[in-house]
Amino acid sequence: MSECIIVFNDVSKSYPIYHHITGGIKNFLFHLPKALSSVKNSRFVALKDVSFKVNQGETLGIIGENGAGKSTMLGLIAGVLKPSKGEVIVKGRISPLLELGAGFHPELTGRENIMLNGVLLGLTRSDVLKKIDEIIDFSELDEFIDQPIRTYSSGMLARLGFSVASSLNPEILLIDEILAVGDKLFQKKSKEALLKLINGGVTTVFVSHDLESVKEICHRAIWLDHGKVRAEGEPGKVVEQYKIML
Amino acid sequence: MNKRVQHYLDLIVVLTQKEIKVRYKNSVFGYLWSIGHPLAFAFVFFIAFKVVMKVQMEDYTLFLIAGLFPWQWFSNSVNAAPTVFWGNASLIKKVNFSRHILPVATVLQDTIHFILSIPVIVFFMFIYNKPISLSWLYGIPLLLAIQFLLTYGVSLMVSSINLFFRDLERLTVILTTLLFYFTPIIYPETMVPERYKFLVIDINPLSALMVSWRNLFLNGTLEPASLIVSFVYSVLAFVLGYTVYRKLSWKFAEVI
Repeated sequence: MSECIIVFNDVSKSYPIYHHITGGIKNFLFHLPKALSSVKNSRFVALKDVSFKVNQGETLGIIGENGAGKSTMLGLIAGVLKPSKGEVIVKGRISPLLELGAGFHPELTGRENIMLNGVLLGLTRSDVLKKIDEIIDFSELDEFIDQPIRTYSSGMLARLGFSVASSLNPEILLIDEILAVGDKLFQKKSKEALLKLINGGVTTVFVSHDLESVKEICHRAIWLDHGKVRAEGEPGKVVEQYKIML
Repeated sequence: MNKRVQHYLDLIVVLTQKEIKVRYKNSVFGYLWSIGHPLAFAFVFFIAFKVVMKVQMEDYTLFLIAGLFPWQWFSNSVNAAPTVFWGNASLIKKVNFSRHILPVATVLQDTIHFILSIPVIVFFMFIYNKPISLSWLYGIPLLLAIQFLLTYGVSLMVSSINLFFRDLERLTVILTTLLFYFTPIIYPETMVPERYKFLVIDINPLSALMVSWRNLFLNGTLEPASLIVSFVYSVLAFVLGYTVYRKLSWKFAEVI
């Protein structure tokens, strides 16, 4: 039970500010000395000395204002970002719940996109084939599954995305603000599916502005404020502290 | 371990399938477009050089086609490269997968189109009463492998750098056009004046390869010297491309 799945040790993450480069090669070369020094000096600090652990089977909620560093934290856990300082240890296969339609191609059908997404998220083709009926069933897309997803409504896209990510048997689930999509009925269904996964022992990091869901679902919560951990502990208490600030 | 290799292969298959499907969805003529473009080019050069300027060359149409098809593969892949990572921004930001597979899929897609266009070359050989050589059996796979490595190396480099310098997208179009005229495709390497030979033939990484393709198609010959030169250039391109990718890839999610 108590094995640590995700460990952040004094993690800082800062981004260089890339405005000099987005100005194109010409601007960069014409102002070379200035540009080089600005590469070195102008950095935006997204996370500063953040340390925490997530145990096996635990659900951690992350709350905070926009720009507090929540998405950076998810990026670090997913391994798409590297910390500037400190270390991030993650053990296990990760399944991020992608934002609406991310990684889906609009011209492909729902079925083709399930395959594409499943393989991108780390499964082999035969793994996906074994699960594809279950995924389609859950998504309730029925005959739409063989239509190009550019014809889908945003609710349908969300259902497809959730169905893929939740049925891949992930060891770590990353959720970035996803429960608020789809109609009420599907929201309820996806919440149930999520709780089932959580009760089944998957380690989850849940980023949300929906404070009620955080209280309901999470075992523990962290309040991020301008890249620092402002409070950590029992979700109810952290949410109360956060609410006072608002 | 075995599972990892399997997953790697599946990733290539799925992404390449995606490229091909996306290309042909909503397209009535589909495959015809991929041969229509080089054929139209061949027609233009035929009019300009054979009909108008009356250049003395036998079977010039065939000569053009044998060079333009492999060139088209290289140029299509490289010109598509700038958008390979950029176009998959949402994915690169969220999922940690082997990103260098994305350009493999785009280059592989163009490779498949090139292979499918070989029957067109055969058709023109037939019209011009030229025999098809048995040496194609080993020559084509060999040159395919060399050109794949070269094209992939260049594509990987262009797609990686383009995330940091968006201007590269424009530059690539200009450079491939320049490279086209600096490569013996619409003229034979023997017609290049002595003082330009170094520039056009020796240091141009595409020359030996394009000349090899043409000689293989037209005469069924495969010169070991050109083969070695083009192989060395393709390995260099691959190493360079992969090094650039390795140096930059950890920053992809930050800049995209």
